Amino acid sequence: MFRLEARTSTPAWFNLALPFLAIVVTLILCSGLIAVAGAGVTEAYGVMLSASLGDSYAITETLVRAAPMIFTGLAVAIAFRAKFWNIGAEGQLLAGAVASCAVGAIPMPGYLAMLLMALAGAAAGAIVALVPATLRVKFKVDDVVSSLLLNSVIYYALMALIEGPWKDTFSGYPISPPIEDSANFPVLIEGTRLHLGVIVALIAAPLCWFLIARTTLGFRIRVTGENAEAARYGGISVQRVLLSTALLSGALAGLAGVGEVGGVHFQVMSDISPGYGYSGIVVAMLARLNPLGVVPAALFLAAVMTGAEAMSRATGVPAFLSDVIQGTALLAMLVALLFTAYRIRRVGASA
Amino acid sequence: MSAVFEQIFQVGFLAAIIRIATPLAFATLGEMFSERAGVLNLGIEGIMLLSAMAGFTAASLSGSLWLGVLVAVLVGALMGALHALFTVALGLSQHVCGIGVTLFSSGLAYFLYRLIFGQQSVPPSIDGFKPVAIPLLSGIPILGPAVFNQFTLVYLAILAVPLAAFVLYRTPWGLSVRMVGENPRAADSAGVSVIATRFQAVILGGALMGLAGAFLTMAQFNAFTFGVVSGRGWVAIALVVFGRWDPWRSAGAALLFAFVDALQLRMQASGLGHIPYEAFLMLPFIFTIVAMAFMSRNAVAPSALLKPFRREER
Repeated sequence: MFRLEARTSTPAWFNLALPFLAIVVTLILCSGLIAVAGAGVTEAYGVMLSASLGDSYAITETLVRAAPMIFTGLAVAIAFRAKFWNIGAEGQLLAGAVASCAVGAIPMPGYLAMLLMALAGAAAGAIVALVPATLRVKFKVDDVVSSLLLNSVIYYALMALIEGPWKDTFSGYPISPPIEDSANFPVLIEGTRLHLGVIVALIAAPLCWFLIARTTLGFRIRVTGENAEAARYGGISVQRVLLSTALLSGALAGLAGVGEVGGVHFQVMSDISPGYGYSGIVVAMLARLNPLGVVPAALFLAAVMTGAEAMSRATGVPAFLSDVIQGTALLAMLVALLFTAYRIRRVGASA
Repeated sequence: MSAVFEQIFQVGFLAAIIRIATPLAFATLGEMFSERAGVLNLGIEGIMLLSAMAGFTAASLSGSLWLGVLVAVLVGALMGALHALFTVALGLSQHVCGIGVTLFSSGLAYFLYRLIFGQQSVPPSIDGFKPVAIPLLSGIPILGPAVFNQFTLVYLAILAVPLAAFVLYRTPWGLSVRMVGENPRAADSAGVSVIATRFQAVILGGALMGLAGAFLTMAQFNAFTFGVVSGRGWVAIALVVFGRWDPWRSAGAALLFAFVDALQLRMQASGLGHIPYEAFLMLPFIFTIVAMAFMSRNAVAPSALLKPFRREER
C-alpha cells in the first residue's frame, strides 16, 4: 500500500521544478493522442516548437497570444489568492473588449483614445466581476456558479450588439465597426503584430506581484484567502476585501479584452476570445498563483496554441490538441502541487 | 393574459418543456448525487460534451442507438472516476479539478470528433430516437401527447426522479452517501468507507451526466455540434442549489428552467417587437442567477461539500 504523508518542509528546488515537471508529464501524455492521430510525435512537437519559437516572427506571434492570457492569468491568480472563485474572466474579457471598442470608435487623439479605451475596458470588466462578488457577499450565492453563468450572459449580450446595432451594414457580417485608425495600438516591430498592449501586459505582472506581496491590500487579500476567520478576528473586513479583489480581478480580465481590440482585431467579433478566460485558470495554477510566474506560464500556453495550428497543417493532427494539452496541464499541475505538501510513503504489509 | 395561458397549455409547448427538461434532469440528478457525497463536480460541462460526442460516434459507427447510450454512460462514469481520483483519492481542490476535467474532456471531445469525422461543411447526423407512444396514457387530452408520446430516454428521466429519491433516502447506500456528505468522520467511525462511497457517488453522477449528453446528440439534435452542451452543465449545477440537493426539488427546478427556456424559444419565434433573439437566449441564465440569489440564503449545502477527507488528519 502507498500512503500520503505530510511533509514538514519542501526543498526550494522542488517548488521551482514542479511546473516544468507538470508540463513534461503533460507532453508525454498527449503524445499518445498524436500517435493515435497517426503522426510522428517528435515531428509534431518539433513543428509546434519551431512555429512558436523558431524565429523572431514566431516569437512575436507567441508574445501577442500570451498577452491576453497574462492578463486573465493575473486576474485569476489574484482572485484565487483571496479564495474569490472567479471563473468569469471570459465574460469580463468580452465586456472589456466591447467597452474599449465603443470608446475606440470615437474620433479623438490617439493616445487619449488608448488611455480611455483601457479605462473603459478595465471598468467594464470590474463591473462584471462585481456581480458574483456582490451576490456572494449579500446573498451567499456560490461565486463559481454565478461567475460561470455570467459568461454566457455577457457572450449573448455581445452577440446581440454585433448582430443588432453594431452589425456591419455593408457586408452584413456580425462584426462591429472598426475602431479609429488613430486608436490602433502602435506596432513595436515593423512587419509583426507585436503591439503596445503586450508590453503593458509584461509590466502588469511585476506590478501585481508588488501589490500582492508588498502592499496592505495584498496582505489583506492573502490573509482572507488563507483564513477568513483569522482575517475577521484581525479586524479585516472580509466582505470589503472580496469586493476589492473582484474589482481588481475583473479590471485585469477586462484589459485582456482591450488588448485584443486595440492591438489585434481593431473590432469585436463573436470569436474574439478562443477561451482566454478559461486559459487564465490554467495559467494561474501553473504559476502557483504567483503573478511573476504568470508570464512564463502564459508564454507556454501561447506557444502551444500558436504551434498547434502549424502542427495541424503539417501533420494533420487536429489543432484541438492544444485544448487537451491545456486541460491535462492543469490536472498535472494540481497533482504536482500535492507533492509540495505530501510525499508518497510505502506502507509495508508487516508494518 | 388568457392568450399567454392558452399558449402554455398547448401540446407542443408542454412537449417542448419536457424535452428541454430531460437532459437537465439527468445532469442535475448526477450533480446532486456527487454533491450529496461531498464532491462538487465542475467537470459536468465537459463530461456531458465528451459523452455526447462518444455516444454519437458509437451510434453513428455501429448503427445502434442504444449502444451509443451505453458508451455515453460509460464515458460519463469514467470521467466521474477521473474527477473522483483527483478530488477524493488525492484530496485536491474540487473547484480547480472540475474546471480541469471540463477543459480536458471538451478538448478531447473536439479533438477526437475532428479525428474521426474530419472537417465537413455540414456536420454528419444520425437517425436519432423516435417518440414512442405509451398505450392508454398517451390518450389523455393535452397531457397524453405531450408527456406520453416522447423518446424512451424521456421516460427514463421521469422514472429516474423517484428512483433517485428512493436510492438516496431509502437504501443503506443512500444513507452512506448522505453521511459522507454531511459528516465524513462520523461515517468513518460507523464503518462506512468515505473514499469508496464518494467514488461510487461521483461515478454514478458521471454516468447520469453521460445520459444527459447522450440525449442531446441522439434524441434532441441528432448531430454533434460545437454548441451542443452550451452551458447546460453549468445550469445543472445551479439547479442543484435551486433544488436544495433533493431529487424531487431538483427535478422541479429542471422543469421550471425548461419552462423559461421553452418560453424564450416561443418568444423568439413570435418575433416579439424588435428585441434581439440573444436577449431571450440569455434569459434562462439571468433567471438562474436571480433564482439562486433568492434561494441561496436558505439553501443548506451538504456540510462536507468541498472538503477533502483524509483519515489520518483529525
